[in-house]
Amino acid sequence: MKDMRTPLSRVRGLGSAKTGTRDFWIQRLTAAANVPLALFLITSLVALMGADYATVRSYLGNPLVAIPMLLLVLSGTLHMRIGMQVILEDYVHQPGLKVVSLALNNFFSAVVAISGVYAALKIGIQS
Amino acid sequence: MSLEAQLRPRPLSPHLAIYRRTMTMMMSIVHRLTGTALYFGMLLLTWWLIAAAEGQKSYQLFESWIGSAAGKFILLCYTWALIHHLLGGLRHFAWDIGQGFDLPTANLMARATLIGSVILTVLVWTIGIWVRGAL
Repeated sequence: MKDMRTPLSRVRGLGSAKTGTRDFWIQRLTAAANVPLALFLITSLVALMGADYATVRSYLGNPLVAIPMLLLVLSGTLHMRIGMQVILEDYVHQPGLKVVSLALNNFFSAVVAISGVYAALKIGIQS
Repeated sequence: MSLEAQLRPRPLSPHLAIYRRTMTMMMSIVHRLTGTALYFGMLLLTWWLIAAAEGQKSYQLFESWIGSAAGKFILLCYTWALIHHLLGGLRHFAWDIGQGFDLPTANLMARATLIGSVILTVLVWTIGIWVRGAL
């Protein structure tokens, strides 16, 4: 069976034919990953409150910090991209604006992801 | 609009303004708001990492901004948004495994996300200030 939909619903053109299940699952997976990673970020922020440059650099240069930081950037940007897409699909109804806003969401998330990875890797490699 | 959509319009998202406000509804809205705030808050994390990667001078610029009253306030809001969204996410995990749909539990979890997020934010900042000496 290739299609779960009834022939009638297919004729009427209703129901999703897209890839929502995959997004739903990735949103849950990244959410689960983000729980320990967010706790790690909060701990880092508290530990580094008001710290000087050298302290911050040596902290972020530690592989035990750099690797979770990379995971946080990747898992966080994947999660926020899907989350924002859901919000845009709920509230932006005009077709043209919808496509543009969904594209901008993808570009923004990609730029944030790559910038974060670039910086975390640079600190890690230079340490 | 496609022909099908004209013949049989799709159901719209709920009209938010017509309902009586409930705790679960407000926490659902706040979950989206904190998610949106964290979306743009990722710029702050990225700026922090890039500033640290690029050297002392760029880090000082970041530090002088985050160390200002406005910067500290935004960081405080960021930690609260992160904690609230995290607790809200745990609530969604309970729902995903089919638990907590009855009204008393749903209301209890909604209150717990709000009260818990405020308490944990205060706790985190108290520990932070205590560990680092001064703000």
